[in-house]
Amino acid sequence: MQKIEAVIQPSKLDAVKDALVEVGIDGMTIMEARGHGRQKGHTEVYRGREYEVDLLPKVKLEIVVTDEMVDKTVNAIITAARTGTIGDGKIFISKIDEAIRIRNDERGEIAL
Amino acid sequence: MRFSAVKVFLVLVLALIFGGAVVSGPVAVAQGTAPQSGATQTDRIAALEKQAADNATAIAAAQTSGDNAWMLVSAALVLMMSGPGLALFYGGLVRKKNILGTMMQTFAMMAVITVLWALVTYSLAFGEGSWFIGGLHNVLLHGVGLAPDVKYAATIPLQTFMVYQLMFAIITPALITGAFAERMKFSAMLVFMILWALMVYSPMAHMVWGKGGLLNASLGGRIPCLDFAGGTVVHVTSGVSALVTALYLGKRLGYPKVPMPPHSVVLSFIGACLLWVGWFGFNAGSALAAGTLATSAFVATHFGAAAATIGWSGAEWIRQGKVSALGAISGAVAGLVAITPAAGFVTPMSALWIGLFAGVFCYLMVVKVKAWFGYDDSLDAFGVHGAGGTLGAILTGIFANSAINPIFGAGKATGLLEGNWHQVLNQACGVAIAWSLSIVGTLVILFVVDKVIGLRVSEEDEREGLDLSQHGEEGYDWAH
Repeated sequence: MQKIEAVIQPSKLDAVKDALVEVGIDGMTIMEARGHGRQKGHTEVYRGREYEVDLLPKVKLEIVVTDEMVDKTVNAIITAARTGTIGDGKIFISKIDEAIRIRNDERGEIAL
Repeated sequence: MRFSAVKVFLVLVLALIFGGAVVSGPVAVAQGTAPQSGATQTDRIAALEKQAADNATAIAAAQTSGDNAWMLVSAALVLMMSGPGLALFYGGLVRKKNILGTMMQTFAMMAVITVLWALVTYSLAFGEGSWFIGGLHNVLLHGVGLAPDVKYAATIPLQTFMVYQLMFAIITPALITGAFAERMKFSAMLVFMILWALMVYSPMAHMVWGKGGLLNASLGGRIPCLDFAGGTVVHVTSGVSALVTALYLGKRLGYPKVPMPPHSVVLSFIGACLLWVGWFGFNAGSALAAGTLATSAFVATHFGAAAATIGWSGAEWIRQGKVSALGAISGAVAGLVAITPAAGFVTPMSALWIGLFAGVFCYLMVVKVKAWFGYDDSLDAFGVHGAGGTLGAILTGIFANSAINPIFGAGKATGLLEGNWHQVLNQACGVAIAWSLSIVGTLVILFVVDKVIGLRVSEEDEREGLDLSQHGEEGYDWAH
């Protein structure tokens, strides 16, 4: 089992969700996040004072899938989220030791 | 059953007829009955004289009715300027951990200043006394009943006048809170405000508006200062006192390096709009009657706000390249401040000029002068109210016109443009007195309160935020 963490532009959330549903992903966790990579922030001005805002709004998805599903899932995300400009985001993949369904204590891949 | 239903219906119809007759009674009295033909001339003259007397009473009652209705509404509008107008305007400008603390400072004024006014400060402001301060004759509102005081407002109950003025006494100290936002102890603020109301507001209000006041233009003050609705009494005193508190308390932790932008310009926007609408009560209500002077003041107020919005936003557009919402609403407030002393003295077109100057002037005060000196007047109480009020007071001396308000006598030149250059000096005098009283009074109070209670919150409390540290609450509870 592997966890796929994807930080994407908020405007791409709907497209990514639809793409994931299409490849058969049932569950995901979606968070509002702030951050930046090489994308610089912007300047805001309040009563003549300038503020550098470099914590930009982002959306982060966490999806845990079976090893076989990883490539399909990642490709779905990339296709839906890519615009080609700086700020598109990043995907990180890590190994998951265990998954448990709280309702009935199912463990392992059936819990996904 | 049908029989008694008919009875009830007939009784109701009769009641309606009689009720209508009672309600229209006064009108019938006013219209009167024509003297009978065939009566002697003496009888007819007597009847006419009685008619005239009855008419006079009815006219006075009608005038009181109209004036009192407007004044009570005005009083409500001015209170709305404090809550929620100012509370929201200031609240949106602070960081979210301080929203309730900021709003509570204004709300506390609504409660505390009211009680203080009833106990003693009304008497100190508007009671008979000296050129500087009123006496104690009206302590506990003694003598403040439902009959008018002809020196103040001849057609409304004195209690209406009293409660209207109370709303001014509430908002003035509330304005100061903008300067020490996010770092003053709630307890210390309460003590400070009570002392400030006693030592600064009451004398200033008395000098400009009270019987025997040194600066009272309507009641023969020795230095007649034109201040229609409180340019010096409200805005200069609060604005200058604000600057003094900002300098005495020192800057917020992290200022100016740490960014502290407004947490909600949306709330400030709503507050500013409530201030604009409420200001009609503040300025037009200062006519103390519902007549044509109220109309002049209403129009001037609105025009001043509009022109100042354009002035501030125009200056911002040129200097910054964009027009911000915060700038636009700040401009409107600056214009309203500046037109406050002038509202019942100037023509509509003059009001546009006053607003335009105020918008540009206050913009520069806030974006350039403040950074230059480096003081942390957190919400620009001095930049907008102190500076705007001072400018407005001087401009009043320039633009005041006897055609709008013949305060020195019919046809007597009032302002500079009308030919009376002397008035600008009187205005400057009034402003200078306001500045001096504010600086000295505020410094003394700050010193005393600081020594006895301590003014500023601890570093830990300041970092945690006023909501939690002073009030044990969170303005925004995201967990539920």
